[in-house]
Amino acid sequence: MFEIVSKREVAPNVHETVIRAPAIAKKARPGQFVILMVDEKSERVPYTLCDWDRGAGTVTLIVQEVGQSSRKLVLLRAGDHVAHLVGPLGVPLEIEPFGTVALAAGCYGIGAVLGIARAMKAAGNRVITIVEADSHYLHYFRSELAAASDELIQTTIDGSDGIKGHSIDIVKRKLENGEQLDRVIAVGCLFMMMLAGNATKPFGVKTLVALNPIMLDGTGMCGACRVSIGGQTLFACVDGPFFDAHEVDWDELRDRRVAYSDAEIDAVARTDAVHGRRGNPCVP
Amino acid sequence: MAQAVKKKDIPRQPMPEQAPEDRITNFDEVPYGFTEELAMLEAMRCILCKNPKCVAACPVNIDIPGFVALLQQGKFLDAARKIKQDNALPAVCGRVCPQEEQCEGSCVIGLKHEPVAIGRLERFAADYERHLGAVAIPELPPKTGKRVAVVGAGPAGLTVAGDLTLKGHEVTVFEALQEPGGVLMYGIPEFRLPKEIVRAEVDYLKKLGVRFVMDYVVGRNASIRELLDDEGYHSVFIGTGAGLPSFMEMPGENLIGVYSANEYLTRANLMKAYLFPEYDTPPIRRRQIAVIGGGNVAMDAARTALRLGGDVTVVYRRAREQMPGRAEEIHHAEQEGVKLRLLTNPIRVLGDKHHRVLGMECIQMELGEPDDSGRRRPVPVKGSEFVMDLDTVIVAIGNKPNPLVPRTTPELQTTKWGTVVADPQTMQTSIPGVFAGGDIVSGAATVILAMGQGRIAAQAMDRYLRA
Repeated sequence: MFEIVSKREVAPNVHETVIRAPAIAKKARPGQFVILMVDEKSERVPYTLCDWDRGAGTVTLIVQEVGQSSRKLVLLRAGDHVAHLVGPLGVPLEIEPFGTVALAAGCYGIGAVLGIARAMKAAGNRVITIVEADSHYLHYFRSELAAASDELIQTTIDGSDGIKGHSIDIVKRKLENGEQLDRVIAVGCLFMMMLAGNATKPFGVKTLVALNPIMLDGTGMCGACRVSIGGQTLFACVDGPFFDAHEVDWDELRDRRVAYSDAEIDAVARTDAVHGRRGNPCVP
Repeated sequence: MAQAVKKKDIPRQPMPEQAPEDRITNFDEVPYGFTEELAMLEAMRCILCKNPKCVAACPVNIDIPGFVALLQQGKFLDAARKIKQDNALPAVCGRVCPQEEQCEGSCVIGLKHEPVAIGRLERFAADYERHLGAVAIPELPPKTGKRVAVVGAGPAGLTVAGDLTLKGHEVTVFEALQEPGGVLMYGIPEFRLPKEIVRAEVDYLKKLGVRFVMDYVVGRNASIRELLDDEGYHSVFIGTGAGLPSFMEMPGENLIGVYSANEYLTRANLMKAYLFPEYDTPPIRRRQIAVIGGGNVAMDAARTALRLGGDVTVVYRRAREQMPGRAEEIHHAEQEGVKLRLLTNPIRVLGDKHHRVLGMECIQMELGEPDDSGRRRPVPVKGSEFVMDLDTVIVAIGNKPNPLVPRTTPELQTTKWGTVVADPQTMQTSIPGVFAGGDIVSGAATVILAMGQGRIAAQAMDRYLRA
């Protein structure tokens, strides 16, 4: 059993979840992930290791409620326990003094790049972190990211805060203006990461993305997470999760990602609603 | 000599089992096991050879005439304890060992008649003890003060843990998944090996004093080197198994609806997807399923798919005689309605624009000249390509060794196939004090061979720890 030390909703449906797991915190490195089971009947679900504290023996995950398993996790509070947490899994991200590193992040990725930003900066890089959200109220971790980066740029799709547009627009603009970026790392939804790859490809900037296909065991056993990289089949759990964006077969990945969605929708329908009645909450 | 005549005249006793039409609707175990009467009757068939060939043919050398003699006398509990002197997991082995190639294959009764049903008797004795709740904890020798880390809670690791604990060492088993058992939990289905039995065998080890640490990935949470240097273990056993599924490497294999047997079975067995939505992991429930392969894992996947309501065809590129699966498993599968499509080799998987499986193109094969393995090589029949309409393809053509420990232990010598090199006499690896056994050494073999290697390793580790 692993205790939830603290939990707060840092943005709507974005839950910073800190869990006591000394064996994981001790070995965690940027880019790695964990597999979590809320209880003995839960699914095994991968979450990115956003941050960790070796001294306190804790790890930080960003959890968004998207289905049955994440809903169960979101319903827990500080002091509650999750049944299983295993990690750190996956190949740690390469952290070297590359020069200037741009981190583009959206959704859960905003949290996921925190540990990466810190490590890249510590390795002597100039770190530009560019975070995107649909609207101003969906941004989080501003001060944490500002402290971990040399430059923090915020964008919103609706223009309600920071620069209007996508994070990758900023990356593209910088490259077009002749700014030197030695490495781009994009973490977010598949669409966003695909756009990142497309945007940097003409400039030949090495771009890494965190692939998060369906996983079961996370140790190379099931092959559910296989992805096509440069025409070769690799396992995201043991060969990834970071891959070269310019080598990824995005169409295949998108379809594999939704492979179980029918069953997942079925499961959610069987779970009690958290926020009371279904339907429009504004209608009495 | 009325007794001898009588023995000869007793036929091999069949084990009562669920009717095929019933069992395909549930995940309950297929055979019910012997009753006390049936067990005694079957035991009577054994002539208790002075120089028993069955013992030599058993990878862990169970004293077979010894325990069968006790069954003949109706001393069922004593029989179970006799087996446990040599085998920590008798209820498992009685169910999943290929006895026809081992003990029963060398039984002298089998020369003229059918061999004594040693596997069924082993299973009976172990079940009898467990059902009675009379599992006895043997007296343990004084503690040696030596600490052993076992990596992987599968058949090899559990054997090592049991053996070394009985020798007075302090054993910790590290397991990456949420429950101990390895392939016994995630791979072999409930209807062939109820998980309650695996849990009972693990509980027995816990009662002996074995410590289990779940959710711990050696190679990530600690390296082999760190276990020895920092964590205070005097010796390490690597039993991480063959956990990396092989694929056909044919076009269309990453389409949605193509699964490794590992994934398919892990969902059903370990994650209990067949109890969805009580359990959260959704099952893969489809209509037209092809399982590629001819081994026990292929049969397990096919029979699981059948129980989830599909129409299932096993596609195997060689002939029936060459199928590596146990005759009993293939028989059970056919009884239940699994179709066999032999001498058929898949070429590619076909899909729709959403990358979902629509079918699989195959080619007919015929048997040609014998190959290196002595089996007649299947060769394609020109122009015999055809398409099977499918929505699901399960690939069950074997597994490769799990790479995590070798990758994170540079000084560990491995073969070009990724298996760990170990001395067959001691199972010691290229690192002194580090031993290995089971599928991580042999590639992909059986539960009992893994246990046999675990047994050899445990003896050598005991010598190493006392040196």
